Amino acid sequence: MSATPKTSFKAWLLNDDFSSPAQARAHQAYVTWLRFSMNPLALGGLVVVVLLVLAAWLAPFVATHNPLTQDLTRALLPPSSTNWFGTDELGRDVYSRLVYGARTTLYIAILVTVIVGPIGFIVGAAAGYIGGWIDTVLMRVTDIFLAFPSLVLALAFSAALGPGIENAVIAIALTVWPPVARLVRAETLTFRKADFVVAAELQGASVPRIMFRYIVPLCAPSVVIRLTLNMASIILTAAGLGFLGLGAQPPSPEWGAMAAQGRQYLLDAWWLTAIPGMAILLVSLAFNLLGDGLRDILDPKHA
Amino acid sequence: MADQGMIDIENLSITFGRGSRKNHVVRGIDVSVRQGECFGLVGESGCGKSTVLGAIAGRVKEWSGRIAIGGEQLDPARRSQAQRRRQQMVFQDPFGSLHPRHTIGRILTEPLSINRLDDQDGRVDRALEQVGLPKRFRFRFPHQLSGGQRQRVAIARALILEPEILLLDEPTSALDVSIQAEILNLLKDLRQRSGLTYVLVSHDMAVVAHLCDRIAVMKDGQLVEVASRQDMIAGDVTHPYTQMLREGSLGYRPQGVPQTA
Amino acid sequence: MHDQAPLLSVRNLTVSFPSLHASVPAVRNVTFDVGKEKVGIIGESGSGKSTTGRALMRLLPKSTRITADRLDFQGEAVLSLSDRRMREIRGHSMAMILQDPKYSLNPVMTVGEQIAETVILHEKLSRKLARERTLQMLESVHIRDPQRVMGLYPHEVSGGMGQRIMISMMLITKPALIIADEPTSALDVSVRQQVLSVLDELVTANDMGLVFISHDLNLVRSFCDRVIIMYAGRVVEELAASELDNATHPYTRGLLEALPSLTHPKDRLAVLKRDPTWVEA
Repeated sequence: MSATPKTSFKAWLLNDDFSSPAQARAHQAYVTWLRFSMNPLALGGLVVVVLLVLAAWLAPFVATHNPLTQDLTRALLPPSSTNWFGTDELGRDVYSRLVYGARTTLYIAILVTVIVGPIGFIVGAAAGYIGGWIDTVLMRVTDIFLAFPSLVLALAFSAALGPGIENAVIAIALTVWPPVARLVRAETLTFRKADFVVAAELQGASVPRIMFRYIVPLCAPSVVIRLTLNMASIILTAAGLGFLGLGAQPPSPEWGAMAAQGRQYLLDAWWLTAIPGMAILLVSLAFNLLGDGLRDILDPKHA
Repeated sequence: MADQGMIDIENLSITFGRGSRKNHVVRGIDVSVRQGECFGLVGESGCGKSTVLGAIAGRVKEWSGRIAIGGEQLDPARRSQAQRRRQQMVFQDPFGSLHPRHTIGRILTEPLSINRLDDQDGRVDRALEQVGLPKRFRFRFPHQLSGGQRQRVAIARALILEPEILLLDEPTSALDVSIQAEILNLLKDLRQRSGLTYVLVSHDMAVVAHLCDRIAVMKDGQLVEVASRQDMIAGDVTHPYTQMLREGSLGYRPQGVPQTA
Repeated sequence: MHDQAPLLSVRNLTVSFPSLHASVPAVRNVTFDVGKEKVGIIGESGSGKSTTGRALMRLLPKSTRITADRLDFQGEAVLSLSDRRMREIRGHSMAMILQDPKYSLNPVMTVGEQIAETVILHEKLSRKLARERTLQMLESVHIRDPQRVMGLYPHEVSGGMGQRIMISMMLITKPALIIADEPTSALDVSVRQQVLSVLDELVTANDMGLVFISHDLNLVRSFCDRVIIMYAGRVVEELAASELDNATHPYTRGLLEALPSLTHPKDRLAVLKRDPTWVEA
């Protein structure tokens, strides 16, 4: 054993003559990572997303001020060394509000994704695999949701449910699941007649078993890609609802609402609108780049 | 029911679609396959040979007539778990018949879990050994295997449930000649060792004659002729279509070209 | 073997595809000649037989590295020709027939238009003359009622008919050399015989050379005059088709013995033992 532990670990990862399931999984993950890391744009997207997550998680340490503390004597100050991104009309530190706002943004995006993923999987896989009248009913329901522009639908729901983050999440989730279900159904249709599915059927596998053990793992990559790309539109919709006063309620910091409040002072204090706007743009772009990168490595059709 | 075979098929008809789209694929077939026999079904594309196999396997449900396996009559629409286990299928395309994201071990364990069988590790190891693959292959993914190795895994998956009948749908037509020889030898050995009954569907007369005891020739959904292996090799066949298929497998024969439109 | 210069002369042809890893040549030092005869190239998947066929017509992606001491077609060095001259040669004096006509025919043009187009493009004939030539050509591939077939779209014809149409389209300019890559592998036995007869008849009648790429030993043995056997990108053996049973290379022998046969039934098929030195030698 003359090799250092590090290089031998790498050799162990790259060796595809596996001696354990753990090695097989580690190898898969490592090779996927190697391919992903060759795409600089996707890597950039990943870095921004990781920074966003860290900022949200460590907000109390990253922020320089309390995001809710008002100080009217220090209202509408331009960016400086004490207030990096300036202060708002109530004298709150914009940078700190931006950091805490990341929590709201991520909270909405993750919650929507967690709700939408399983719904899309179950509806799409059931419609695609079982077919018949179940397919017809599920897809007509999906069509109804798809018939409305998503922002209008989200607006209608959050207006009906009342403003607030939780209601915004529900409203956005209602607009996001139909395309996911459609995607899963389309993918399922391509695998439904595959020989390995037929083999499982001939061996007596039950419908849920085939759906969850055979079809879902195959649809997973494209759904992950889709949901990552969707993150951008979820964040934009959340910001839009916040902007219109239907999302997070004051005084809790939310990027859309921050941009909306800054509108009145646009000419005197550009940073109030521009900084949250830039944050929304940057994060949406990062999720898009990450999604594109994931598509390159996960989706065999785009190889 | 004096002479009861392993597989008894009487007046089997298979029709897909309804109304004007109706497609009568198999038109009244009678076949009896003895226990331990290898029975070949030969024909050109679209003759219905794979559909017959599908009906025996339980994949095709739109059939009428009578199919009995081991004397037990089958219902077109539903089968019991015990009835499903009696026959297993090996598919043509070794790239499409294994789940791309399951390891070989998982592919082989799945049928065991479905049928709630014990000693899963031991069975997987024995199945791999039976088809001549090393044990450590169970941790690999299908894309790391060659076409011949994948086909061996597909055979192991079929055998792991200890079926009485193996249904082979063009098992070597996607493989190179040298790999085909390995798989054909394997199939021959397995039958000698375990007394399995085979039904082999193929378009290649030489492959069918190599493996099968009796060969049925299908055309347009009907059986044209059933010949023994010896008769087929000797060319002692009566139907011109059988003769044509036989000649065709021998290679190119210069001849006048009939006009077709 | 030939009294005059061969149609096609290949010396040490090497083709490699650049990839992330070290580029392993798909074809290495392949040497052969083709005269006015039917030459079969046999090999298993990955043997480089199709790549060789495509390299002869320069039909490989731009990034491919093709080198050869000599690759002469009718006295012209194929590798140093301009793209324009190469396009003239392709379709005019060198033609290619692929496995599946479904992918080679234009789905939105009738069969007749497509064949006529070829002659108009390469021989500058008028529409009327081109149409007549097309009719003649379809007759010569034994299509009954060519008038009707000319008006059909590719999806309206069967596989065997499609392959005949493909052949007539490729042969209408009377090329000197045809490269056929598995032309009958997608066809049923009965249709295969007919398509091969058509090809045989036209090649012989017009004094053409044919490179017939296939994995089917029996077919090549009975159809071709000469056989080239490829393994791992190299030519391992070259001999007259009638002499195939007397092949000396262990790979060729292994292939022959691995093949199930109707005429010489055997209980067990010999399993090919691959010798690593075949790749080197």
